[in-house]
Amino acid sequence: MAESTTQAGVPEAVSSGTLPGRVATSLRGTLRWLGVLPFGVYIALGLIAPTIAIAIASFKSSSGGFVKPSGGFTWSNVDTALHGTYLLGLKTSILLSIATAIVPGIFGLLIAYAIFTAKRGNLLRQVVITASGVFANFGGVPLAFLFIATLSTTGIVTGWIKDISGVDIWNHGFTLYNAYGVFFVYMYFQIPLMVLVILPALEGLKPAWREAAQNMGAGTWQYWRYVGGPVLLPSFLGCLLLLFGSAFSAYATAEALSGGTIALTPIQIGALLNGNVLAGQENLGYALGLIMVVIIAIVMIIYAILQRRGARWLR
Amino acid sequence: MSALVKAAEKEGHLNVITLPSNWANYGAIMKDFSAKYHIKITDANPEGSSGQEITAVQQLKGQSRAPDVVDVGTPFAVEGANDHLWAPYKVATWSNIPSNAKDANGDWYADYGGYVAIGYNPAKVKVAPTSFASLDNPAYKNMIGLNNSPTTAGAAFAAVYAAALANGGSFGNIEPGIKYFAHLKSIGNFVPTAIGGPTTVQNGTTPILIWWDYLLASEVKPVVPGFKIIIPSDSSYASYYDQAISATAPDPAAARLWEEYLYSTTGQNLWLQGFARPIELPTLVSSGTVDKTAYAELPPAPSGALTFPSQAQQASAENVVSQNWATQVGS
Repeated sequence: MAESTTQAGVPEAVSSGTLPGRVATSLRGTLRWLGVLPFGVYIALGLIAPTIAIAIASFKSSSGGFVKPSGGFTWSNVDTALHGTYLLGLKTSILLSIATAIVPGIFGLLIAYAIFTAKRGNLLRQVVITASGVFANFGGVPLAFLFIATLSTTGIVTGWIKDISGVDIWNHGFTLYNAYGVFFVYMYFQIPLMVLVILPALEGLKPAWREAAQNMGAGTWQYWRYVGGPVLLPSFLGCLLLLFGSAFSAYATAEALSGGTIALTPIQIGALLNGNVLAGQENLGYALGLIMVVIIAIVMIIYAILQRRGARWLR
Repeated sequence: MSALVKAAEKEGHLNVITLPSNWANYGAIMKDFSAKYHIKITDANPEGSSGQEITAVQQLKGQSRAPDVVDVGTPFAVEGANDHLWAPYKVATWSNIPSNAKDANGDWYADYGGYVAIGYNPAKVKVAPTSFASLDNPAYKNMIGLNNSPTTAGAAFAAVYAAALANGGSFGNIEPGIKYFAHLKSIGNFVPTAIGGPTTVQNGTTPILIWWDYLLASEVKPVVPGFKIIIPSDSSYASYYDQAISATAPDPAAARLWEEYLYSTTGQNLWLQGFARPIELPTLVSSGTVDKTAYAELPPAPSGALTFPSQAQQASAENVVSQNWATQVGS
């Protein structure tokens, strides 16, 4: 952004060169910052302030009571958060998020490539893109219920499969109610999300590159190995990280499907902060939240680095 | 009492919190109270949880919209008392509340509750369940559900406690309850969905649902024809919610009048009409003032005095369930 600011600003100042012109330019600079101000305030109130509050609460002792401003400093919340069922929760959350990033990432890439190769203005292409936008935003308890109504033991689709093939999939190891079930259900919104985020990167591949490669005698494999793949890789990895974040923070769907039988960090935070069972352990919930913030921060830093690499070619 | 009514009517306003109008008949209770005393009731965050009630009492302190009275789970009532959030008050019928269901100082007092019960749809469940032990039957494959996760929902937690009592556990030892559900899960009977309720009974996901008797009666029975509710013969576990008046209530007189109203025969019967068991139900029954139609809707209560886990037992059981539910029942 800084680059474009100087590019846009400098020629004008040079061309006018007079004092009023310079004042106008600096005024415009100030106005630009004013324009960013609402976003800055939004970030400060919506992101930075809560993060600091979570960090502070994570290190406060709740001494068996509710969050008290007087609670002293303690490591015990973070310590508990990194042991036993909470450690298991973090591990399961990370593993589930990695799996639900990579597999839908690959499927999503293939679908996006199919759309990319279809002609612009093609009806199917429009339908797939619009539908992806809808499906990628469908989640929570309604999504869990959609699968329960269709694919649970008494679900409609389960019934159809039984009628057609005589096989009850639930007697052959299929289930919605464990980590594999949650993984399966997450594909529903992760694949369309991948399609939406990877499509711009695919569209950034210039046909001229392919033609140039072909002129020099490269085959399809060589084109993807030496040109398309390397250009696309940073964006692809960046998109996987986005999917990781999306799965890592998902809460209601997994909760509705597993009834707490899968240890997942967001569900544990919900039980600690909002539940009707555990009282007086809110600060442990904040500590778990802080650990999630740290993990997401690491992911975002890697994402930013990859984006910078990807942006080198895809302008 | 008449001085209290006068003072309350002068305030003319009462702030309640997290009272769904379709829960325990609160809609009718609030309407009747308002009409009787000309006191306007504001019900904040009707779908909220006990934890949110406590937060509201703490954060809205000093404001006119702060909650006057709360209706919370016992752990929250006790924590609130430890933090001096409540104003002690003893209603006129104080002596009818069992001593193990109230704070001796009057900080909080049980209001209504019920027993862990097994509800089932006879259209899909051919063999009638009678106890926790009877649920260990291959005929119930993919049939048995809880309303939610026991790490989050009081009712599901209570079901695990009740199962512990049926399997050699005690208030001090909830472990057998977790093992029991792990076993039901391993033989494929237990469906661990967290959205157990009328819908999952109707669509056959969980034709057998373990929940509070009063919620099975009020939420499932009306929509599932022939729905049956039993209290398991091998365990009786009851739990009650509690009333407490905020120490910083903006309408202190209205708050006290509200409590007197809730613990009057009228208030107690209104709860019963919402299928909740009012704490003074035994008194209502023995004095003949009980609403007999409403009373007949609930399964008969097991004989014997009510017993509750101590706060220490409860807290330790909560931690045991939180730490072990996923590792033992999940797979």
